Amino acid sequence: MHVIGAAGLASSVPLAALQAGWMDSKGFTSAPPSEDAVTPRGYATSFNNFYEFGTDKNDPAELGSRLTTEPWNVEVAGLVGKPGTYDIEDLLAGVDLEERIYRLRCVEAWSMVIPWIGFPLKTLLERFNPLGSAKYVAFTTLYRPEEMPGQRSYFSSIKYPYVEGLRLDEAYHPLAIMAVGMYGQVLPNQNGAPLRLVVPWKYGFKSIKSIVRIELTETRPRTTWNLTASNEYGFYANVNPTVHHPRWSQGSERRLPSSLFNGNRKISTRMYNGYEEVAGLYAGMNLRLNY
Amino acid sequence: MLVGWDVAVEIRSPGSVFGADPAEAIVDLLGTWTIRLLLITLSISTVARIVKRPKIVTLRRTVGLWTFVYACIHFTAYFALLAEFSISAWLEDFSERTYITAGMTALMLLIPLAVTSTRNWQRRLGLRWRKLHALIYPAAMAALLHVLWAAKASFLDVFIYGLALAILFGERIVVRIRRRASKGAMSR
Repeated sequence: MHVIGAAGLASSVPLAALQAGWMDSKGFTSAPPSEDAVTPRGYATSFNNFYEFGTDKNDPAELGSRLTTEPWNVEVAGLVGKPGTYDIEDLLAGVDLEERIYRLRCVEAWSMVIPWIGFPLKTLLERFNPLGSAKYVAFTTLYRPEEMPGQRSYFSSIKYPYVEGLRLDEAYHPLAIMAVGMYGQVLPNQNGAPLRLVVPWKYGFKSIKSIVRIELTETRPRTTWNLTASNEYGFYANVNPTVHHPRWSQGSERRLPSSLFNGNRKISTRMYNGYEEVAGLYAGMNLRLNY
Repeated sequence: MLVGWDVAVEIRSPGSVFGADPAEAIVDLLGTWTIRLLLITLSISTVARIVKRPKIVTLRRTVGLWTFVYACIHFTAYFALLAEFSISAWLEDFSERTYITAGMTALMLLIPLAVTSTRNWQRRLGLRWRKLHALIYPAAMAALLHVLWAAKASFLDVFIYGLALAILFGERIVVRIRRRASKGAMSR
């Protein structure tokens, strides 16, 4: 596993050395390399769904620079032994950062391949001493309308702040990470700086950005897209090619960037986005009902 | 026109104009201009009545035909770039996705209007021509539903188009009521 210290974040990670054979050795993919080649950085930083900055794909890149990410505090609450407000510097102190190249499958049926830099969510949560009664973890995105124009929109059906959540056993799965960087650099604001979740086997909207609050709960937390359109977006939101979104098929996806006339790169969507090792988390569950 | 230029630049240097997902962006842009042209078409007679220049109405045929052309290119772009020329993918969308059903309905309603837009057809159909061309109203409603049902969480565009359509419909209803009232006054 490639590990870099938190201090090394500001400088670039030697990516080229990593890419050869890294994914295969981790067993994260068995797809042909052409499909799972890392998406060029420019596309991943200019084509974003981060509605806090606007609903157009280029809005977050254009308007995200207004966001101040220093200082950044994260409130930890709920069923934990060590609740409180933590400075992000303290959260990252002593954490071993590693690079994870993950497929990112958006619920809108497009996908990219992103080299994240982060650390397992489990190591973060365990530092707060979760109580035995904790069953879920809930996350909240920053609410700061003066820097996030999308939160001021009168025509949005989304209620801010954005909230997301996971079952605790999902959160403890080694594939679930907290990311602080991508492409060997600190996270750009449009990609959820300075701290975001990445859950690669779920649709992208589960991977909540710019987190300011983490709460451990006994009951299932509310989640933004489920509140906005519960028939279209479930709590689980596991990538599943057999359960279609009411308005489009989830059976295939368009790997971006696509180009107009030489290949739309339409590929088959895989169960759990190809991360079959998480299947055990959902054993015995009806995935058609728990979409 | 501008769309054509953008497409040309995009082909020369991919990603430069339409970003990571040019197919979706182009279909979207063409759709946006289609519904705008449709609303402009509908507003021509309203404007002519307000400024009392009946001659403006002669523009309606041209703008209406452009609307149809854009609707056709919008559909073609969807069929080529998103459905990838697959008739079964298109039929699945048509039968299972309500916003596609609404969009296809709008397009199909426009076809008889485009076909009978010539002076020759106008003469041949006589009074029925007016009735036939009232299909523009259900077409506009279907187009609005198409945009509404395709929207995810941002409803500004839908609100503006819906408001415009409501004003244009409202103006026609007012005109009709006034006409009826003045006719009633004359017959007394």
